[in-house]
Amino acid sequence: MKEDESQDALNDVTHGDYKYGFVTNIEMDTIPKGLSEDTVRLLSAKKGEPEYMLEFRLHAYRKWLEMPMPDWAHLNIPEIDFQAISYYAAPKQSDKKSIDDVDPELLATFNKLGIPLEEQLALAGVAVDAVFDSVSVKTTMQEKLSELGIIFCPISEAVHKHPELVKQYLGKSVPTTDNYFSALNSAVFSDGSFVYIPKGVRCPVEISTYFRINAKDTGQFERTLIVADEGAYVSYLEGCTAPMRDENQLHAAVVEIVILDNAEVKYSTVQNWYPGDKNGKGGIYNFVTKRALLKGVNSKVSWTQVETGSAITWKYPSCILLGDNSVGEFYSVALTNNFQQADTGSKMIHLGKNTRSTIISKGISAGQSQNSYRGLVKVMKNASNSRNFTQCDSLLLGDKCGAHTWPYINVLNKSSIVEHEATTSKISDDQLFYCQQRGLNSEVAIGLIVNGYAREVLNKLPMEFAVEAQKLLAISLEGSVG
Amino acid sequence: MNKSEIYPVFAQLTKAAEKQNAGLDLWDGRDNAFHSFLSDGFPHSKMEKWRNTDLSTFLSKEYSYVENTDPVSDVDINQVFHCEIHNFETSLFTLLNGAYVYNTSPLTILGNGVIAGSLRNVWSEYPELVNRYLGQLTENNLNGLVSLNSALGTAGFFIFVPDNVVVEKPVQLVNLVNTEVNPFLQIRNLIVLGKNSKLTFVQCDDSVNDKNSFLNVANEFHIAEGAALEHYKLQNKDDSAVMVNTSFFGLQRNARLLTNTITFNGGTTRNESVVNLDGEGAEANILGLYLVDRKQHVDNQVVVRHNAPHCNSNELFKGIVDDDASVAFNGHIIVLPGAQKTNAFQSNKNILLTDTAKVSTKPFLEIYADDVKCSHGATIGQLDENALFYLKQRGLCDSNARMLLMYAFAEEVIREISIESLHERTADMVSRRLNGELSICDQCVLHCSYEKPMEFEIDITKI
Repeated sequence: MKEDESQDALNDVTHGDYKYGFVTNIEMDTIPKGLSEDTVRLLSAKKGEPEYMLEFRLHAYRKWLEMPMPDWAHLNIPEIDFQAISYYAAPKQSDKKSIDDVDPELLATFNKLGIPLEEQLALAGVAVDAVFDSVSVKTTMQEKLSELGIIFCPISEAVHKHPELVKQYLGKSVPTTDNYFSALNSAVFSDGSFVYIPKGVRCPVEISTYFRINAKDTGQFERTLIVADEGAYVSYLEGCTAPMRDENQLHAAVVEIVILDNAEVKYSTVQNWYPGDKNGKGGIYNFVTKRALLKGVNSKVSWTQVETGSAITWKYPSCILLGDNSVGEFYSVALTNNFQQADTGSKMIHLGKNTRSTIISKGISAGQSQNSYRGLVKVMKNASNSRNFTQCDSLLLGDKCGAHTWPYINVLNKSSIVEHEATTSKISDDQLFYCQQRGLNSEVAIGLIVNGYAREVLNKLPMEFAVEAQKLLAISLEGSVG
Repeated sequence: MNKSEIYPVFAQLTKAAEKQNAGLDLWDGRDNAFHSFLSDGFPHSKMEKWRNTDLSTFLSKEYSYVENTDPVSDVDINQVFHCEIHNFETSLFTLLNGAYVYNTSPLTILGNGVIAGSLRNVWSEYPELVNRYLGQLTENNLNGLVSLNSALGTAGFFIFVPDNVVVEKPVQLVNLVNTEVNPFLQIRNLIVLGKNSKLTFVQCDDSVNDKNSFLNVANEFHIAEGAALEHYKLQNKDDSAVMVNTSFFGLQRNARLLTNTITFNGGTTRNESVVNLDGEGAEANILGLYLVDRKQHVDNQVVVRHNAPHCNSNELFKGIVDDDASVAFNGHIIVLPGAQKTNAFQSNKNILLTDTAKVSTKPFLEIYADDVKCSHGATIGQLDENALFYLKQRGLCDSNARMLLMYAFAEEVIREISIESLHERTADMVSRRLNGELSICDQCVLHCSYEKPMEFEIDITKI
């Protein structure tokens, strides 16, 4: 095969541009930079939160001060100045009862991102909560859902309207002091979605939250809480983008899912934060704690993620399989290009009997990026007859990038079976030759092979998302294949 | 901040280091190594690589630091030990409590230029040879025990095989511990293979009584261009023994290595192998088998660094874990930038027999080159119920059927032993071990010499 030609094609494929990098000019209400107890109090006051939330935040803040920044990940994290960030930025707006009250500039922004907020335009079957910097600007289909008893609202609203649920479930699957970033998030979280599906209800539409960072010198600290009561089902989608800036911005989110008996949650993410430019300048630092607590028997969670954005990704969606017969699944495609760094994977903690978990992780590294899978499978003594299967494959496109696998496996009983396998390779010349021989040019061939490689995961995504994710993979790879 | 000062043996170590500085002028770098030990301290379970092996309870015990004594000649080794392998013709060398035991001379020099014997003696006779190799592969920053060994481990075994020499007879090194005190030992072995040479090296670690013992062994293997080393390590220690074994392998162009570590018994055994593939076309096969029960603990750590292109590495570690035993495995393949056309495979398989046994495995891949084929696999499970049923249906009783399956599981590692007599003997020991025999007679594990190999019996009454 002609090395040069394929190199060129690879470059073409991996040098695509980030198309969500625009900035919306809108009047903002921000608080001064810096982080202290006063900031936390101010933030809580701005949101008019009840006393119990302020307590929650202050407790988290004090714990955070005592914690060291984690350094175990295979990431080169420049020092983050937590005092140089403004912890609250909200577009100025009036009461947003109807669509007419939402700033047209905001609507235009979300339309441009492909997220129509007008009810009549909303894709049938998707309810959207749009979060712009620190606040939720619009939640669609709320009324329709409430007829079924489903609560879908910004978490800042849930704190007021459903304090008993928030008190019962907030901080249960991700304890405040779980890690450095979850403590930080608990102290300063701004907005996010709250979803509650009552007993026996199968949510008829996909529920989705779209996160957008817009303001400069801010961070986004969103918090999502999903509760599926007995026998409930919901499919939840999450998407995110940010403008192109030379400075790095911090995003530290917490997602908590609590699942009771016989309930099921499907959580899909397409993470497309601004990854920085081709020289590694700018980009979002993405430190996310996501965890599902499978409290009930026969409960099930399925995490699917497509990670293409962010300068640094530190993210381990996990499952605590507490209920007997509970099932945890994790499907991931992580693509890094240029100078991106990703350290991502999953944790499966088997506590209940007959619990099952699956991890399928596909890493793709291009440019000078570093892409790591890091996972933990732990089967406790009482989790008899548990089963885990893990497969993590890495694909290398270029000789300057790195692909790493750091699995941890601990088994403490005799009736469980745990399997792990991983491979690392580049696209084989044979595969490329085969495709080219059939008349595909090398760029198309590489795209085809990469898509085929990620297919197992992409198939798990809801349809609209799957189409978007495929395109996204192609764009993110644009100009990198070689 | 290291807390090594709290351990009783620490004072003895500092005293030994001072004494050594004042006295013998041995090889360079001991001073630095000791400083590095002082700053790192003993490895502790907060260290990533030591999370599964906690030495603190052992280090808290009273040990007597055994000064590295000069070679001894007044011991009749046959009185304390005879590890008989039928038809296994070897050149036998022995270390007793760290000291080299000899009959006629502390150094054996053969006509073809092979030098074998006491490391301390070879240093005084051929200092340039020792200085050229000793410590060159050792990474003192790996952990405190390695630097401690570099500082104080001045006695041990040495073998030098000159260029183009094929050593026909396998060389066997028996490392025995038999003292009335609770020994704390530093043993250092240096093995050098010249270009295109060939050596089979069998290391046996045994203890004869069940005193608390703490062995810190460091091995260096220099394998020059085109040379081939076959290395077997048979470990059969008592339950109160702690052994930390660190081996550094350096492979030059087209060098070949086969290293097979079989752990039958041992209170706490840790084997760490660091394999550097420094020359193009080098190939390393790293195998291991561990059969543990009661409260035994085995920790295998393997680091394979592909520093040059066109190298192959293959790792296979298997183990059966019974009772309250625990095992850990950490394989780490590192492919450096530029090490293209690398093939690196790693596999760790475990059978867990009880709910109180523990297995922890971490198969790592760290890859910075793209034209590579790397894979790893790890499994933790049980005996296949279908296979068990099949065998029982053919008339084997439950325990024999289980044993046969366990044996078959272990056989994948054993069959890589190319010396027939050693293979037979190991296979026999594994069968006995699985049958519970070796662990029953703790006190006299090594005194028995079996006449008849172990056979699987089919229980006729069950048919």
